[in-house]
Amino acid sequence: MQLKAGTRLKSSVCETQVMVVKAPSGDVDLTCGGAAMVVLDAEPAAGATLDPSRAEGTLLGKRYADDEAGIELLCTKPGTGSLWLGDTPLAFKQAKALPSSD
Amino acid sequence: MNLAMLLEMAGDGGGDRVALGPRPDGLTHAELLARAQRAASWFAARPGVNVGMIGVNSDATPICLFGAAIAGRPFAPLNYRWSDDQLRRAAARLAPAVVIVDEGVAARLGPLDGVEVVERGRFLAEIEDAVPLTAPAGDTAAPAVLLFTSGTSGDPKVAVLRHENLTSYILGTVEFMGADEDDAALVSVPPYHIAGISGLLSSVFGGRRIVHLEAFDPEVWVETAGRESVTHAMVVPTMLARILEVLDRDPDVGLPVLRHLSYGGGRMPLPVIEAAVRRLPHVDFVNAYGLTETSSTIALLTPDDHRDALASPDPAIRARLGSVGRPLPTVEVEIRDAGGATVEPGLRGEIWVRGEQVSGEYLGTGSTRDDGGWFPTKDGGWIDAGGFLFVEGRLDDVIVRGGENISPGEVEDALIAHPDVSDAAVVGIPDDDWGELVAAVVVPVDGGDIDPVALQEWVRSRLRSSKTPAVIEVRDLLPYNDNGKLLRRQLRAELGLPR
Repeated sequence: MQLKAGTRLKSSVCETQVMVVKAPSGDVDLTCGGAAMVVLDAEPAAGATLDPSRAEGTLLGKRYADDEAGIELLCTKPGTGSLWLGDTPLAFKQAKALPSSD
Repeated sequence: MNLAMLLEMAGDGGGDRVALGPRPDGLTHAELLARAQRAASWFAARPGVNVGMIGVNSDATPICLFGAAIAGRPFAPLNYRWSDDQLRRAAARLAPAVVIVDEGVAARLGPLDGVEVVERGRFLAEIEDAVPLTAPAGDTAAPAVLLFTSGTSGDPKVAVLRHENLTSYILGTVEFMGADEDDAALVSVPPYHIAGISGLLSSVFGGRRIVHLEAFDPEVWVETAGRESVTHAMVVPTMLARILEVLDRDPDVGLPVLRHLSYGGGRMPLPVIEAAVRRLPHVDFVNAYGLTETSSTIALLTPDDHRDALASPDPAIRARLGSVGRPLPTVEVEIRDAGGATVEPGLRGEIWVRGEQVSGEYLGTGSTRDDGGWFPTKDGGWIDAGGFLFVEGRLDDVIVRGGENISPGEVEDALIAHPDVSDAAVVGIPDDDWGELVAAVVVPVDGGDIDPVALQEWVRSRLRSSKTPAVIEVRDLLPYNDNGKLLRRQLRAELGLPR
């Protein structure tokens, strides 16, 4: 699927929802729990089940990214599946710790 | 990304954390979300486009801010301290609109075409019966907040901050629910100030309980900080100076729970921050620099930067206490000369900034960014070898004496450092020989007596003779707006100078 910054996606096999913060150009194979992610208001992929080897879960408010591929997602709803781009799991991105300024 | 989603996430992930108000009976994030959703359907049922607000800080501020975002309406808080006429003209610019107001404001406004005025109490009561609106978050490029600039340099302009500007600032600087459970932020800047808006957004996304002061008062600030176990606060420089006066009167008040104090919104005189660090040694200080048009902070001087500067024998590092630190990792800052060319570190020029949080856009006139996305701040400044940004104030205020650019702030700092001087303002006065001369207006400390000649010698020994005020006038007070900005135009007018 094609991604665009600001697009909201959901998992087909768990409660996970994400928002696209940075999108690579071109088609991407983005999965959660081993099944294709779909845009928020679409039907989940038919017959998909959670792949137990891709079930480490997502955490609310955390960012998942692959800097090389130029993709970054923000988890807006947590679930049991893990986010993968093709054959690579998306790494949990440690937010830069900035002191509060307002 | 939409502001509404920040609160939705906090509502889902904030658990039982109190978002707003005193801990035992404040609103949780889920309760704040529910109220914002009810307010959204109340807004959506009205014909107006904009949601205005004229009032002090209250629960209604975040309810209106997030409710408007859910309804896809821009939120426009106005300065309730303006004159009736100023308020009327500003409210008329928002039409068609609904404006939520404090008691007594409706009478001040009178009838306005296309503007429905609703008192806060009625609004809060009516939304209790509204059906929550959970429409999917709207266009990220839509305007989220309209802020009238302070107008120290002319009629107020209306800065347009889009959802993508504000949310990229929050996502880039705040860890979701990263605050400790016991954290509480005291918000005393008014809701029509960018720091009032960004403070709400940061605290909600970070999970830090918000304690509002209706309006700033130093005694109430100190009392509330103690009573509400406040850990974090943001103040403008004049607020900090007045808080220190209260603390100096009562040496037993230590604010032991307070651990983080950020300041910004104007130039902080060095003697004030040095006194603050001495008086509150357990507190981490952060200096933040930003503009309304940049969705708040673009550079900050961290607590470690403060400590390094204070402890350093190297004057170049010590001077960084007077800087605004380094740019956020998510923005770029450049210094450019009058011709638009980028200058080397150490050289002065105009501060330009680029990043997703930077709007640089005004209602009616559009974007002031250049083709590369860079926004000219109209602030003068320079960057040192370590990347620390020094802000010298509005370029319009720079005094040009015999071809030499003199920053009023530097001279003001030198004046305020004198033990007999409590406050100082420096402006240029026209002069046939030099183009401009440096003139100073100084306020003596209580019971103090100022000798202008001795004060001139004081400045000359610290700076140099070209920066020594040729004229020194003594006054009881200086004109400030309520955000702590010195009103130089008014001061010039009072001195009988051309604006």
